[in-house]
Amino acid sequence: MSVAAHLPALQVALPLIAAPLCSLLRRPGVAWGFATLVSWVVLVIAALLLAQVLSEGTLIYEMGGWAAPWGIIYEVDTINAFMLLIVAAIGAIVTPYARHTVTAEVPAEQHNLFYAAWLLCLTGLLGIAITGDAFNVFVFLEISSLSSYVLIAASNDRRALTAAYQYLVLGTIGATFYLIGVGLIYMMTGTLNISDMAERLPDVANTRPIRAAAGFITVGIALKFALFPLHLWLPNAYTYAPSAVSAFLAATATKVSIYVLLRFEFVVFGVDIGIANFHFSEFLMPLCVLAFLAGSTVAIFQNDVKRLLAYSSVAQIGYMVLGVSFYSLDGMTAGIVHLFNHAMIKSALFMVMGCIMLRVGSVQIKDLHGIGRHMPWTMFAFVLGGLSLIGVPLTVGFISKWYLILGALEEGGYGFAIAAAVLISSLLSVIYIWRVVEVAYFKPSPHGAAEITEAPLGMLIPTWLLIGANIYFGVQTDLTVGVARQAAALLLGIDL
Amino acid sequence: MIHHLIPRVVVKLLIPFVLLFGLYVQFHGDFGPGGGFQAGVIFAAAFILYAMLFGLDHAQRVFPAGVISFFVAAGLILYAGVGFASIVLGGNYLDYDVLAHDPVHGQHRGILWIELGVGITVAAVIVKIFYMFSGRGRD
Amino acid sequence: MELLGQFNYWVFIVLMMTGFYVVIARGNLVKKIVGLNIFQASVFLFYISMGKIFGGTAPILIEGADDTVIYSNPLPHVLILTAIVVGVATTAVGLSLVVRINEAYGTVEEDEIQQLDEET
Repeated sequence: MSVAAHLPALQVALPLIAAPLCSLLRRPGVAWGFATLVSWVVLVIAALLLAQVLSEGTLIYEMGGWAAPWGIIYEVDTINAFMLLIVAAIGAIVTPYARHTVTAEVPAEQHNLFYAAWLLCLTGLLGIAITGDAFNVFVFLEISSLSSYVLIAASNDRRALTAAYQYLVLGTIGATFYLIGVGLIYMMTGTLNISDMAERLPDVANTRPIRAAAGFITVGIALKFALFPLHLWLPNAYTYAPSAVSAFLAATATKVSIYVLLRFEFVVFGVDIGIANFHFSEFLMPLCVLAFLAGSTVAIFQNDVKRLLAYSSVAQIGYMVLGVSFYSLDGMTAGIVHLFNHAMIKSALFMVMGCIMLRVGSVQIKDLHGIGRHMPWTMFAFVLGGLSLIGVPLTVGFISKWYLILGALEEGGYGFAIAAAVLISSLLSVIYIWRVVEVAYFKPSPHGAAEITEAPLGMLIPTWLLIGANIYFGVQTDLTVGVARQAAALLLGIDL
Repeated sequence: MIHHLIPRVVVKLLIPFVLLFGLYVQFHGDFGPGGGFQAGVIFAAAFILYAMLFGLDHAQRVFPAGVISFFVAAGLILYAGVGFASIVLGGNYLDYDVLAHDPVHGQHRGILWIELGVGITVAAVIVKIFYMFSGRGRD
Repeated sequence: MELLGQFNYWVFIVLMMTGFYVVIARGNLVKKIVGLNIFQASVFLFYISMGKIFGGTAPILIEGADDTVIYSNPLPHVLILTAIVVGVATTAVGLSLVVRINEAYGTVEEDEIQQLDEET
């Protein structure tokens, strides 16, 4: 058999075997180089898979040669392939970037273990996206979560330890809730294969265990992707984690969990589960509106820029799930395309913060006075990323918001109110981005700051690559919106 | 250090049997109850018992921390390596059928190697966790 | 009688809520981990109850047995073995974080840690 047929397995198995190998590489630079190489190969595999799916349709890979529904299968359709591409692309850009910040923030003797955990986290995230087995999702969810606790705690700030602990407790509760939900479904349907579940569920849909399962899975996964008001772990975790880890996790971990929600709510519970007029969107929608209003408002009052960005993430998660909760093609397209766009925006902004952390040693707003003159390239990247976050035309942020508002207006009545709320939240984001930009460009630099220099090229190039992608995909939307539309149609069961 | 004579003598007698039982559980895994995870824990338990009675330094002389780290990685590499071997031999990832001349033998062989990988990693990880926790705050 | 017949599911719920309560109510970080363990253990019990078939034996093929032999469903057991491993890993990571928190802050009480953070 050719290698092409094994791509789904290699996508996960390659970073999996690379992680222990990496832990054996004692020289810090070597461990980093190896991780970078692996992340690039993973990206190539993800790109090939997407191309293969777009031309040939859904791919099925039987692990160990055991056919579904007995064996674990990897099922790659448009939405999986898109998720894989997001995770792999962010991995491939952030891993080369990580070198300088990790050297500065993590003790040298732990670098091999740090990159091993990094690769394991990548394995877990890719695994969640690719697998077609509900229990396997749990296993990969825990692989990625456990390694991300370790990555967050690797920071030299002691507050990172409590942040990681808090994340561990809430993350474990979320994963265990998911496990209970899967158990209840297994009890009623006798299968763990997600597509098989979807087929068998209608027979038992109107039963209490299935409704309880829907509740457990929704709440458990919502904890994992930090939907307001279950977001408590997120601000601390992103603020105190090493810069590279913030950039990587902010762009991938929550997105993959939202994908799991999509899979379950539309593919598995897509049927009428017997509660009169029940749609999960009815209770997710108000939470989403609260999420972006509250997230943006709280972000304005933050003095730590990483924390500000973390609260902005809470708001952005609100946008994504809001799009999904409309149950319409436009809304869903907006949600999925924003998964991709926000990954690029937030990762780029956190990478800028990593550059500043390296040179200034702090990301408090008060320490950034006049930084725009010392680090022109870095700060200009922040400005462009910020514009994209706000949703200015010609950036990806605009594309997401455009589709989101289209989706909202389609709802009629309350849709106008939601569209207005999205616009208000965007205005709020203008304020918090402006606070940083104002300080960086219009305040005089404090005495003795002259020795601050531009960030090293190894960090600037990946950052600008992502900023460039922000602009490119803001103009050229065929790939992102096209794929997102196909994925949305697939989830809603509509033929385009 | 106080010399607990009776526990020391008993443990010295017991450890070989614990290790032997660990091996039994390990290699029985492909056609009966047992397997790498349980065996690894039993194996590690023997080491931890030794370390608790004879001190961490003695235990680390038998099984140095650096070697442990190697075994943690080696087991996982063995596991994933079997998967790659089955791809090379023409099957799917982790498809044991192709590992020998006929599928039944292949399954036996595959499970044996996989369980060995699991056993090595689990034993090493448990001992590693013990070393980490008990060695903390000493230096 | 039907309620009593589902005895193990009741135990599952009681254990789950106990664990959950400990996680939320206790300020001591080690106790929180213990609560988390109870919470996870309850789910193990739930899965194992699910796999039990009345009158079923251990799912090992008996040579020469006829078709009347009923086996328990082995799949939930296998799943739970995996979940136990995940639980062990979570506990290990959680406790090692507690050890490092204790080294950095000198305490494992949540409110004291918060106080120390606010001071700086």
